[in-house]
Amino acid sequence: MKFDIYDFSVLTSSIHELLRSVMGETSVMITEMVIVGIVFLTLFSVLGLVLIYIERKVCAFFQQRLGPMRVGFWGTAQTVADAIKLLLKEPLMTKSADKFLFNLAPFIIIISSFMAIAAVPFALGLQALDLNIGVFYVTAISSIGVAGILIAGWASNNKYSLIGAIRSGAQIVSYELSVGLSILTIVVLTGSLQFSEIIESQRDGWWIFRGHIPAFIAFVIFLIAGTAETNRGPFDLAEAESELTAGFHTEYSGMKFAFFFLAEFVNMFIISAIGATMFLGGWMPLHFGELTSFNEIMDFIPPLFWFLGKTFFIIFIMMWFKWTFPRLRIDQLLTLEWKYLLPINLINILIMAFIVLMGWHF
Amino acid sequence: MKAIINYIKEVVGGIKTLINGMKVTGYYISHPKEIITQQYPENKDTLKMMDRFRGEVIMPHDENNEHACTGCEACEIACPNGTIEIISDRILNEETGKKKKTIVKFVYHLQMCTMCNLCIPACPTDAIKMGQNFEHAVFDRSKLTKVLNKPESKLRAGVED
Repeated sequence: MKFDIYDFSVLTSSIHELLRSVMGETSVMITEMVIVGIVFLTLFSVLGLVLIYIERKVCAFFQQRLGPMRVGFWGTAQTVADAIKLLLKEPLMTKSADKFLFNLAPFIIIISSFMAIAAVPFALGLQALDLNIGVFYVTAISSIGVAGILIAGWASNNKYSLIGAIRSGAQIVSYELSVGLSILTIVVLTGSLQFSEIIESQRDGWWIFRGHIPAFIAFVIFLIAGTAETNRGPFDLAEAESELTAGFHTEYSGMKFAFFFLAEFVNMFIISAIGATMFLGGWMPLHFGELTSFNEIMDFIPPLFWFLGKTFFIIFIMMWFKWTFPRLRIDQLLTLEWKYLLPINLINILIMAFIVLMGWHF
Repeated sequence: MKAIINYIKEVVGGIKTLINGMKVTGYYISHPKEIITQQYPENKDTLKMMDRFRGEVIMPHDENNEHACTGCEACEIACPNGTIEIISDRILNEETGKKKKTIVKFVYHLQMCTMCNLCIPACPTDAIKMGQNFEHAVFDRSKLTKVLNKPESKLRAGVED
């Protein structure tokens, strides 16, 4: 395959060999962990800045506005200025808040997204943690974030915060099912829970094309449930600024608020990355079975660009959802999940299993 | 069986309406020419306000420095928060030899005006109307108290007939 020239494992193994030549086994492991941690921290802040800028611009263009235009060229430095402002803000705390839990909550949320992003395959050989149960790991870890939201709502000692947090709990418990089942539909096809194997199995074509209609239905359900999982509009009941001021993070300010804000955007990136990996082939270039010349042209585009392109495509669709649809009521939200998405999903996974059993997929 | 058909109909109908909504926003994002934002200080030269925009009360004067205000105080009565203050005097009219009410100062307190437009329809002679200027920021509050009739201006002949 042509895209092997872009293999990142050459770079990583050379770094590993370099470290091995100067220090012992244990210290090499620790150094590598620190390096990976710093890389992800940098990625977090850059992703936050870029995604918030994209969000504001996309939102503006959906609403026939221009968005931020003053700071830097076309407002590109706006998010940097906002980040500096948030860093300099005073961290306020309500008098009757539970101080320990209040301070703990933002870290739980940010840690859960930090752990989840470790398993995301960015490009060929560029993945921190290739577990053999990667899909299961990500779905399990990403639902820890709701604990942070619940703690934040409870510790704030504010009725609005608590309502927001409880709503978020009900929402995540419901929509976790749909995310899991729609991912399982693809796992039925691949027969593996490991991300690298899932991507490898899409070498001849992405599952959304090869898996007939059930794969497409699963993709749509994944988009809906994934939007709900990240607490983004039209499912942003946990925040619901018109009813609950700011929901679970009403009482937070400064850097702690920035953590919640950052976690929302990074979670959106992670969900989109998982969706891109499961349905659109991750970093695998666009291949169509027999068209070798077409496939070779596609291979010249580096896998990292393929991955980012697909991820940002899904992020764009999620933003399209957010800035088009009005927010759901809590009963409508639960009706959508338990009466529509879940039954459709169960029938869909049954059809998919039958297709795989008969060997009808490409 | 009927329930299942209705269920499927509901799902399909729901998806249709959602796609309709996304079409509208999709049209907006794919047509950047439709953006209505105006970047204000840069476009100062070409800026044209909307016809119905209400920026301030003005009193149009014609080329002979004549206005149409008879000093009837209908606008002053119509104003809900005392923005308009008409100072008038009885001045002798030389043609008829009678004393007649004429405005000395049409005082307009811009700082109190809410641009409610109640004075404009109240005026029987259409002497005042809403202007389009919106750049009212000043450093001294007294500059917001304006005298609308220009110095040496007169009542236009034939307005009162």
